[in-house]
Amino acid sequence: MHELGVSENIINIALAKAGEAQANKVIQINLIVGELSGFVPDCIQFYFDALSKETIAQGAVLHFESVPAQLRCRGCSTIFQPQDTVWACPECKGQSVEISKGRELYIESMEVE
Amino acid sequence: MKRIEVIQNVLEANETIANRNQQLLDRHKIFTINIMSAPGAGKTSLILQTLTRLKNRLNVAVIEGDVASTVDAEKVQGEAKAVVQINTGKMPESCSLMAAMIESALKDMPLENIDLILIENVGNLICPAEFALGEHKRVVISSLPEGDDKPIKYPLIFVDADAVIINKMDLLPYVDFDIAAFRRSITGLNPEVKVFQLSCKTGEGVERWCSWILEQVETNATKR
Repeated sequence: MHELGVSENIINIALAKAGEAQANKVIQINLIVGELSGFVPDCIQFYFDALSKETIAQGAVLHFESVPAQLRCRGCSTIFQPQDTVWACPECKGQSVEISKGRELYIESMEVE
Repeated sequence: MKRIEVIQNVLEANETIANRNQQLLDRHKIFTINIMSAPGAGKTSLILQTLTRLKNRLNVAVIEGDVASTVDAEKVQGEAKAVVQINTGKMPESCSLMAAMIESALKDMPLENIDLILIENVGNLICPAEFALGEHKRVVISSLPEGDDKPIKYPLIFVDADAVIINKMDLLPYVDFDIAAFRRSITGLNPEVKVFQLSCKTGEGVERWCSWILEQVETNATKR
């Protein structure tokens, strides 16, 4: 629902980095998106296409690598991936958990020419 | 073709502005609370109850975020020191307040005469979790008719909350809301979280919440 602003940020970062690298064209932008972050990749690409017109990022492909949610049990320190919506530790069944992975949203790298 | 390493958080632009907002608020010794919930959980009612109890002790201002209308701003107008309404429907994003919207709202406020700002975020349990505004504390309201499973369905907003309010406690006899299960879910995600059970309708429990705010305002003031 807030992918427009996110797409704008992606373009701003990409254009700045491409400028620093003296690139003429942005071919691909590689993004890391955590499973728990509320962002919809198709929607980001849609806005990106609209916003990048007439910039050197026009036509660039956004490549999303999804990071699965990873939780850590506060009781026994077991690291696990939640299997359903109830976040309980598979070892001790404890429900006190912290998120160790899955909230990311960052640009990892870009391909330019 | 060449590859450039970037490693840059896409939400960094928002976070930069949020940090700037917090510095501005700290300079003016203003404590700020971001109030988030689903639509209808009682954000405006809680703000009204809080204003009634605190207006003689603190200068309280309110920032109202809504997709459209000024109905909430009108409700709090008489009680608050200052009110700014943000209508996100006209903005590129309508689902959450963002740091830049707060930055411009702060420009319309008499900051030198304010001790506390209550920010009413847009009613939504998903998007506001992603956007820091520059607030000192994040508060989530869950109301009994919503059901006790919301922390399981929308964990992020509860993970980052400093306090969770269970509102509409007066409805407990009429709804199937398991308070113990709800509290277990939120403290599992967030062991430090402070939980308040109250009813904005009857006023029961609101005093405790207001005492917590006063403590926070005081602690924040002595830290600086």
